[in-house]
Amino acid sequence: MSTAEKTPAPARAGVRERRRITDEHGRRVRGWELVLRYVLLLAVLALTVGPFLWQLSTSLKGPTEDIFTSPPRFLPSRPTLHNYERVSETIPVWDYVLNSLKVALANVVTNCVGAALAGYALARLRYRGRRAATLVFILAMLVPAEGIIIAQFTTMRELGLNNTLLAVVLPGSVGALNVLLMRNAFLNVPYEIEEAAYVDGANVWQRFWRVALPSVRGTLAVVAIFAFMFSWDDFLWPLIVLSDPSKYTLTIGLNYLHGTFANDERLVAAGTIIAVAPLIILFACLQRYFFRGVGEGAVKG
Amino acid sequence: MATSTVTRSQGPGRPDRPGPLGRLGRLARPGGAAGRTPPPAVRVRRQLVTSPWLFAAPGLLITAVFILYPFVSTVINSFTDRRTLLPGHYVGLANFRELLHDDMFWIGLRNSTVYVLGVVPALVILPLLLALLVQRNIPGITFFRSAFYTPVVASVVVVGLIWVWLLDERGLVNSLLEAVGVGKVGFLSDQWLLLFSAMTVTVWKGLGYYMIIYLAALANVPRELHEAAAVDGAGAVRRFLTVTVPAVRSTMVLVAALSSVAAFKVFSEVYLMAGPNGGPAGEDTTLVMLVQRTGTGLSGRVGYASALSLVVFVVAVVLMLLVLRADRREES
Repeated sequence: MSTAEKTPAPARAGVRERRRITDEHGRRVRGWELVLRYVLLLAVLALTVGPFLWQLSTSLKGPTEDIFTSPPRFLPSRPTLHNYERVSETIPVWDYVLNSLKVALANVVTNCVGAALAGYALARLRYRGRRAATLVFILAMLVPAEGIIIAQFTTMRELGLNNTLLAVVLPGSVGALNVLLMRNAFLNVPYEIEEAAYVDGANVWQRFWRVALPSVRGTLAVVAIFAFMFSWDDFLWPLIVLSDPSKYTLTIGLNYLHGTFANDERLVAAGTIIAVAPLIILFACLQRYFFRGVGEGAVKG
Repeated sequence: MATSTVTRSQGPGRPDRPGPLGRLGRLARPGGAAGRTPPPAVRVRRQLVTSPWLFAAPGLLITAVFILYPFVSTVINSFTDRRTLLPGHYVGLANFRELLHDDMFWIGLRNSTVYVLGVVPALVILPLLLALLVQRNIPGITFFRSAFYTPVVASVVVVGLIWVWLLDERGLVNSLLEAVGVGKVGFLSDQWLLLFSAMTVTVWKGLGYYMIIYLAALANVPRELHEAAAVDGAGAVRRFLTVTVPAVRSTMVLVAALSSVAAFKVFSEVYLMAGPNGGPAGEDTTLVMLVQRTGTGLSGRVGYASALSLVVFVVAVVLMLLVLRADRREES
């Protein structure tokens, strides 16, 4: 894909067609500069994507193939899915996938619903205590999860929810950052639209559901994607709250796999590919929202 | 612009003033429509008293039970000798005194601080250079931008395990080093090399994220500045130092603050690379690893772990406040 793009011919055609290639400094991009840029881009590409491909390659190498050769062999000589079968025989990896999926989807639903409702209340409805409610979410956003994680663990014990998937979901189920994101999105919607709906006799619920919510779909998508990603990738909290291997999520399952079969690199490689593939596919489909979320959620770090 | 939630709320929306629909809800409309139709006014007012709390209730409940209550109980527990299975008794400042004499605490604090000092400069500078590289709209650039973002999307566990295998004694990096005649390097066996390797992983995973933040900032640099500098005969390096860097300075501060908060709380990378105990003698333990090890499990020392958590909390909040200050300065 990228090799076609770096050949000089289409690049030159690009110069003529796309004016933006020259307008940054108001000059034409010189040939050698373009070549230098592509060389650097390909070098960084090798550094960022290379490790994933190496892992993929390792996972496809059969038991008879030497994976420790020097110089290394990048392509498997006889690609096989054998290691993926072995992962599912060694650990209940599909159960872990299912657990992760349950947790992530629950997080998406609760965050979208909870954050949209609360964000709307903070942005649009006038009531006593609104500023205090806003402050609660701002303070909650500033509390670093790692600083209260032990108390969250004891809270779960007190509620008798320890070692359940519900306990994995609950603390992040309505993220304060998401509430504030939704609030800002609602604040940016011109209120004349809602005023018109009000005059037409729409009640508060109808205004929320039919008028306001459709105007903030973009931000809602950002909330959904980030809720999915953070939940799918989360490690420390499930590690603390889950002790029963049958309830493990994928990240904890991988840690277990790595801890128990550290010397079986092909096996661990296959496990990591199973864990990362869904997110890479999701990212490839919905890039726009991923990038948008970075700007909006920057303060979360 | 990497504007944050908090600053944005101080933007055009002006949340502190009564919201537009607030006025509407009170029916204080100059037209006097309210006067002619009293029944809806009553209905609307009742609705506006109850429904906001119904709307906000799920969020407030979750936040109160799982964020604010745990925070309060962290503070309270830090003054007790509570354990996972035993209720605690008030012990005053004993936990904090113990902390001062706990070698492991100082090792953890040292490693987390070293982590910040190692990771932050790299994450301030490298993503900026990367953003400059992908800034220009040359053919295929969106592919490169997305590809550079891939490590951000992957779970830290996946990324950690990928690098454990890359840096293994018999892994790719060592076999490449051997092929060029350097010989094997014990990336994961030496105490400091391991910490350095973990930092590399953190930087590698964070590059794309901060690159996007910088891209937004770079888009706001007036191109006239570059043109003027170019006319004056300034080369690329000089233009970078005299035009680009001053223009994105506030973003650099923001990135420094964001990445330092994250780096101080490092857990997963070191946990995966050094093992749950942070190496044979725990010499690679970070502060959050120590919290996790001390406070969890059936014999967890909740009281002492809470005192440790408070240290994490205080440092993280101080760094977080730096974020907000940097952010506000950016806005002005």
